[in-house]
Amino acid sequence: MDPTVVLLSAFLISIIALGIFIWSMRNGAFHDPSGAQVIFTAHEVGRAEDPAAASDSLTALQRTVDLSQGHATAPIDEELVPRAEADRSSATVTFVFLSCAIGWLLLGSFAGLISSVKLHDPDWLARYEWLTFGIIRTIHLNAVIYGWSSMAGLGLAMWMLPRLLKTTLQGGRFALLGAVLWNAGLIAGIGSVGAGFSTGLEWLEMPWQVALLLVLGGALIGIPLLLTVARRTVDHLYVSVWYLGAAVFWFPILYLVANLPGVHFGVEQATMNWWYGHNVLGYFFTPLSQAAIYYFVPKVIGRPLQSYALSLLGFWTQAFFYGMVGAHHLIGGPVPSWLTTLSIVQSVMMVVPVTAFATNHFLTMKGYWKTLVYSPTLRFMVVAGVMYVLVSLEGTVEALRSVNTVTHFTHFTVAHAHLGMYAFVAITLFGGIYFVMPRVVEREWPYPRLIAAHFWLVLVGIVVYVVALSIGGWLQGRAMLDATRPFLDSVAITLPWLKARSIGGALMTAGHVVFAVHFLAMVFDLGPRRDRAALFHVARSAEHA
Amino acid sequence: MRSETQLFAGALVMIAAATAALVALPYFQLHDLRPPTGLHPYTSAQLRGRQQYIREGCMYCHSQQPRDRSQAPDEVRGWGRASVPADYFYDTPHLLGTMRTGPDLFNIGARQPSLDWNLGHLYQPRAYVPGSIMPSFPYLFEVKTKAEAGDRVVAVPKEFAPRNGVVVAKPAALDLASYLLSLDHTYPVIATDVAGR
Repeated sequence: MDPTVVLLSAFLISIIALGIFIWSMRNGAFHDPSGAQVIFTAHEVGRAEDPAAASDSLTALQRTVDLSQGHATAPIDEELVPRAEADRSSATVTFVFLSCAIGWLLLGSFAGLISSVKLHDPDWLARYEWLTFGIIRTIHLNAVIYGWSSMAGLGLAMWMLPRLLKTTLQGGRFALLGAVLWNAGLIAGIGSVGAGFSTGLEWLEMPWQVALLLVLGGALIGIPLLLTVARRTVDHLYVSVWYLGAAVFWFPILYLVANLPGVHFGVEQATMNWWYGHNVLGYFFTPLSQAAIYYFVPKVIGRPLQSYALSLLGFWTQAFFYGMVGAHHLIGGPVPSWLTTLSIVQSVMMVVPVTAFATNHFLTMKGYWKTLVYSPTLRFMVVAGVMYVLVSLEGTVEALRSVNTVTHFTHFTVAHAHLGMYAFVAITLFGGIYFVMPRVVEREWPYPRLIAAHFWLVLVGIVVYVVALSIGGWLQGRAMLDATRPFLDSVAITLPWLKARSIGGALMTAGHVVFAVHFLAMVFDLGPRRDRAALFHVARSAEHA
Repeated sequence: MRSETQLFAGALVMIAAATAALVALPYFQLHDLRPPTGLHPYTSAQLRGRQQYIREGCMYCHSQQPRDRSQAPDEVRGWGRASVPADYFYDTPHLLGTMRTGPDLFNIGARQPSLDWNLGHLYQPRAYVPGSIMPSFPYLFEVKTKAEAGDRVVAVPKEFAPRNGVVVAKPAALDLASYLLSLDHTYPVIATDVAGR
């Protein structure tokens, strides 16, 4: 194929997209500042909200917010009654999703830790086939991706929807059925991989017969979204709804096309593989996480997002550019060169949505940085937002041919993947769960110190992980490019960094155990009851009455 | 309803554009490829071995796609010329790989043509390559007190051999090794094969 034709059509598509964008602007989709206000009630702006904060922290948080924007009118309690109803309508569904997610997180963490140790201690547990690196690594990936990240992201989505649309969750039963199918598919899929029946395609290892259960489950989870949107009482779709709606719509299509049996072949299958592998990030996990950050950051500090228009610009540019970056995984490979060129160009263009996201959140948080001291949710969210910016910019640089020549085929890529899926996505999800669970079970987190322990364990853990593995990967790549050095040099040079990665991974796993124990204590009503009704504005007013 | 329409129509257009570029166009560009004359279809033992390769997850550490001389010294390392799409004519699923924790295997059959070496290396990589971090695969072998007729005995260096008995390759190990030996893409490619790269 003539590369000119491809680049020309990419150009034409961009021009058409620009036309649509201008049309939307003329129709006012970007101008109305009230778009950012829809997540608040009429008098709520200026009111801090973080159910995960202990009472003294919450008081301090509110004081900080007051100092930043002057005293706000306290919301009228009646205003918050519909919010309480919205929360109640989604409680069961959210609880089921989040519980499954945490189970998968534990399995995935230990599988990951075992894989990591095996890379510097290859004869450890070598007698068991299902524990060989190639299998346990795959169990790790599928458990944390399709188990933890998907279930937690969708669980938060189900919880946010009624709040974002100011109505109650409709058709929650479909989501529950979807969760059942999804988990059944995942158990069967991970079981298949463990028993040696992998398809061999990275990110798509589960056999297509069980993958169909995830397609179906994902589609069912989309039904409550449609039904709830149809019942909305707000004029504007808040930016989080755009992200959630698109993510839930995109996933079944991606996963179905990728799993079509008997269609893909040879090198075409490799391009499809990375079209899927990167788009499941860009079209599913990234938007799910961004939806959470766009909701929780403004909500916690009681301040509307700086620019609703900028958030939509970020959404559409991301949707366009991110979709075509996948082939940068095949730079230097036996694929048509126009394809890798296209992906490199779009990877560079990703700077546009990332800048939009970073600017918007920086300006929203400006003057409010001190709130980070008092709000556990916000700490997770802001760290995750920073990590998103870092990982995206790193991804752009990594896609450049000269850098890619070094980092491709090395542990550097693994570090990059964890910077994205963990430092950004998982940490967003942790923050969201801390906010959401007190509303779901109507009880506070029993041990606030465990939240801090979890935060620092996983943060230190992932920093050690990413820094060590990035250095190791870079050295590995440099050694491999030097033909005068034997290949084994590129192995030996990584060993200290692989060991450091295991330490980072162990800290993260310890953090997850703390998290899971705390979650169980909360659910089973163990530990001190600290139920200030302050959590539940409506309940408090009822007490005072 | 305008927002919803915009959202779903826009989302559909975006994913359609991405799929067209990264899946549909390569599909149409590559689906008429013919295999190079030097490339042979896999035998059934090699295909079983390929399945074993997938089962053990070899592709997570070994690529099968040497890069061009102008980009990296892959050819100098003995991994072979840059591969072209036609080289993968018989490869479904593809096993291009994304990591080189271990070396590229696109021409391992030409580089290590010894069945004995390959079997022993699968049994205990460190017996042959000191400092290797490749997993050993003891469960693909059997330790017998005495070899029986038809057994393929693996000659393992002394310090890595079991104290008593002999190491015998199970059929899965033999299949895997025969797949590895089949990885030989040293034949020349002609201009038409390169088309599409």
